[in-house]
Amino acid sequence: MSAAPGNPLTRSAPWRGTARVFGWLGISGRTLVIAIPMLWLLVFFLVPFFVLGRISLAEAIIARPPYTPLWERDADGTLQIIATLENYRWLMEDRLYANAYLSSIRIAVVSTIFALLIGYPMAYFIARSPEPRRSILLLLVILPFWTSFLLRVYAWMGFLRREGVINNFLIWAGVIDSPLTMLQTDFAVYIGIVYTYLPFMILPLYANLTKLDDAHLEAAADLGASPMVTFFTVTLPLSLPGIVAGSMLVFIPAIGEYVIPALLGGPDTLMIGRVLWDEFFSSRDWPVASAVAIVMLVLVVAPIMWLQSVQNRRELK
Amino acid sequence: MTGRGWVLPMAVVFGFVFLYAPIISLVVFSFNESRLVTVWGGFSTRWYGELLRDRQILNAAWVSLKVAFWSANLAVIVGTLGAFVLVRMGRFFGRLLLTGMITAPLVMPEVITGLSLLLLFVSMELTLGWPAGRGLTTIIIAHTTFCAAFVAVIAQSRLRDMDESLEEAARDLGAGPVRVFFDITLPVITPALVSGWLLAFTLSLDDLVIASFVSGPGASTLPMVIFSKVRLGVSPDVNALATIIIGIVTIAVLIVGWMLRKQARAGR
Amino acid sequence: MSEPQIAADTRPWRDPARQPFIEIRNITKRFGDFTAVNDVSLGIHRGELFCLLGGSGCGKSTLLRMLAGFETPTEGAILIDGQDMGRVPPDRRPTNMMFQSYALFPHMTVEKNVAYGLLREGMSRREAYARAAEMLKMVKLESFGRRKPHQLSGGQRQRVALARALIKQPKVLLLDEPLGALDKKLREETQFELIRIQETLGVTFIVVTHDQDEAMTLATRIGVMRDGVIEQVGEPREIYENPKSRFVADFIGSVNLFEATVEAAAPDMMRLACPDAGGAVLVPPQTGLTRGQTVWGALRPERITLSRDRPDSARNVLRGTVEDVGYVGHMSTFRVVLDTGRMIRVTEPNNLREGKPISWDERVWASFRPEAFKVLTE
Repeated sequence: MSAAPGNPLTRSAPWRGTARVFGWLGISGRTLVIAIPMLWLLVFFLVPFFVLGRISLAEAIIARPPYTPLWERDADGTLQIIATLENYRWLMEDRLYANAYLSSIRIAVVSTIFALLIGYPMAYFIARSPEPRRSILLLLVILPFWTSFLLRVYAWMGFLRREGVINNFLIWAGVIDSPLTMLQTDFAVYIGIVYTYLPFMILPLYANLTKLDDAHLEAAADLGASPMVTFFTVTLPLSLPGIVAGSMLVFIPAIGEYVIPALLGGPDTLMIGRVLWDEFFSSRDWPVASAVAIVMLVLVVAPIMWLQSVQNRRELK
Repeated sequence: MTGRGWVLPMAVVFGFVFLYAPIISLVVFSFNESRLVTVWGGFSTRWYGELLRDRQILNAAWVSLKVAFWSANLAVIVGTLGAFVLVRMGRFFGRLLLTGMITAPLVMPEVITGLSLLLLFVSMELTLGWPAGRGLTTIIIAHTTFCAAFVAVIAQSRLRDMDESLEEAARDLGAGPVRVFFDITLPVITPALVSGWLLAFTLSLDDLVIASFVSGPGASTLPMVIFSKVRLGVSPDVNALATIIIGIVTIAVLIVGWMLRKQARAGR
Repeated sequence: MSEPQIAADTRPWRDPARQPFIEIRNITKRFGDFTAVNDVSLGIHRGELFCLLGGSGCGKSTLLRMLAGFETPTEGAILIDGQDMGRVPPDRRPTNMMFQSYALFPHMTVEKNVAYGLLREGMSRREAYARAAEMLKMVKLESFGRRKPHQLSGGQRQRVALARALIKQPKVLLLDEPLGALDKKLREETQFELIRIQETLGVTFIVVTHDQDEAMTLATRIGVMRDGVIEQVGEPREIYENPKSRFVADFIGSVNLFEATVEAAAPDMMRLACPDAGGAVLVPPQTGLTRGQTVWGALRPERITLSRDRPDSARNVLRGTVEDVGYVGHMSTFRVVLDTGRMIRVTEPNNLREGKPISWDERVWASFRPEAFKVLTE
């Protein structure tokens, strides 16, 4: 019998020898396989947040590294913990930070709405297209996503500047006499975000709308609904999960965005990611930057993660 | 939507113009003779020549490729193992923690990931002496961590779709668990892992924020160099660089897409 | 190949002294709060083709997976050929399984799929592929070795799966809904093919199915399962003719069930009071019943005869009106509303009646023999 225990050939596979070594150490193969991703993420994902938290309680000093240690030994050898909430008080007192949080949320919300307004008709059209055209259009939507994000934002710099393509075109067409200021405004930031994350809006919407059964639409038409009424009473409600998914995929990266406001926004375009960056690279104040990150984590990331887990649980049901 | 037949196509055309017009103008002006990027001064490939003589950009491109290659490899290993453990291993201690840790990088703002990893590396250097300074290694570690999340999502959905009885059948025919993983699981999910690798490679190549935090002197990636150039304004050699990258990516996406389609057709 | 001994010829289960080949001893499997298999004991003999029959969620697949080693029993033991399977992993068990989805490895050719089990034993590639070719010949797929599974039809995939599961000559072959994915006509052909292969190789088969016709055709014995418990074990005829419970009677074939009370026992006949059937029903005497006890009667539709005139000789006669007639080709099914208001189902072969067939709204007599009315206490 082939499967009977004790077959010498099945036992002499090289990995079994390795397995036996770990067996002697009291580690099963199962534990080992679990340990690799677990340890990696513990060390390089979870622990950094504790470091972040600890440095947000330190004071900035001019040294390497530029913050005070968490504990110090006194002359008599006792351990003294040095921690201060000064950085957090600073965040509360200076209006700049509160404004940056609020303005990040505003910019992310407005951009998400515009992405939805532009993305929905495209997703709908692609989903309703016959096969060869559908694949080509879908590829055209995905293609920009694979090209460099930074360069796509840069492309808009050339497009929106005072001597840029849009202004030149409008002057040539006689619509305006003098160039408009578009670059370095909030408007440019909206355009940048919508442009960058449009594929993230279209893809989940497309996935949802292709699943839409033609029979639903036909049934609605059969029952006397005009195309417009059908759209608002049948298609739109059924595509709600796609709308939610797409909006999340635009909103989440938009809220912490740094590159787009840095390149397209003006000096007064406040976004929290940009504030953190400047605090770190320009002011070189690591503890305050850490405190900003911690507050951002609590105010922005935690609600999003909570919302996602709620949504996941609902989908499982 | 037969009644207002032209509204929808117009919206779609507008959408695609919005997506492609900036890219096309970027490409067109890369062949502009004039230094003034928006004034047409005749056809020229002068900026491509300058680009090829720019040591800084060439070095940065090489750094970026190395980082992306190793990050993608490591991310596929960590991400696939994570996905496998979550989908196939049932209950174990720390399962919930791993689930959270493997998906959280997807929603984590880059500035936070970058800053927290930098602080970790600094603290580790102070206490453990490793990593000594920051550079290629630290960027690869950082990129692996956030790319692994994307690989894990792709691998998880493929593993969930995969008929578990394939693995049981191999067990039943006399293969041990490790053998089953390499004989059955891995080959079946390979297309998903190829997609995951490509995604990880692209994300790593594209990242500016995290790399800026965790890199050190002498290890500037291509996005870092481009960023420092364009911050000062539009420059024609960046247009040339963008055109080259767009060309490569377009061809690569078309080839890979074609191959995956062919394989999907053969595999079903 | 020498002619193996087939259990269907010797019926070893009829001999209580015979040691079963597979012993399932008080097996229980719980998933959290849910008990999938509840204290099941079963003996299966060498060379049997045993069918586990039941609806979805009755625990039949879980029982099969415990035999294969994919699930560990919460309590109890499984012995195969006298060997305790308790801690033996699936890759070391003398069993092989044919999966419901067939589980053919999509990235391997047909011959590699079939040879896979032998290669894992360490057999040389040449020998393994030669044996695989032999096996493919047996399932009539000798020219398909180089194809990939997705290039085969459903029926061909099913045969590859069978060949792959049989190549290691397992002591026991476990089949999970082996014909479930085939269409009706192919299924009937394949049933007999499966019996032929089982008889050629003499391997013990355990088949899980929800299809009663399949179980009746294939099995030497059937175990009917419900809610994790085996309700009855027996040969197909026994299960059909003498169901032990209302569930089994109802599950296997169709049946008319009547509630009745034991009225009087005479030495040659027993009388039951059955208001639904319009009064008294005569049945052969049975032990273990007491006067006044509530029992159930199971009457198969084909055991009832319809006639326009009152039959003289019949002992149980009911009066009713035909409500509905269904013509199914080789037979007809009738729905007759008795004068008591109770509806019964009657089937009759179409070659039986000469002259004008019985039709809608006709007044009829429905008669049946005392032995046809099976008395159930459960």
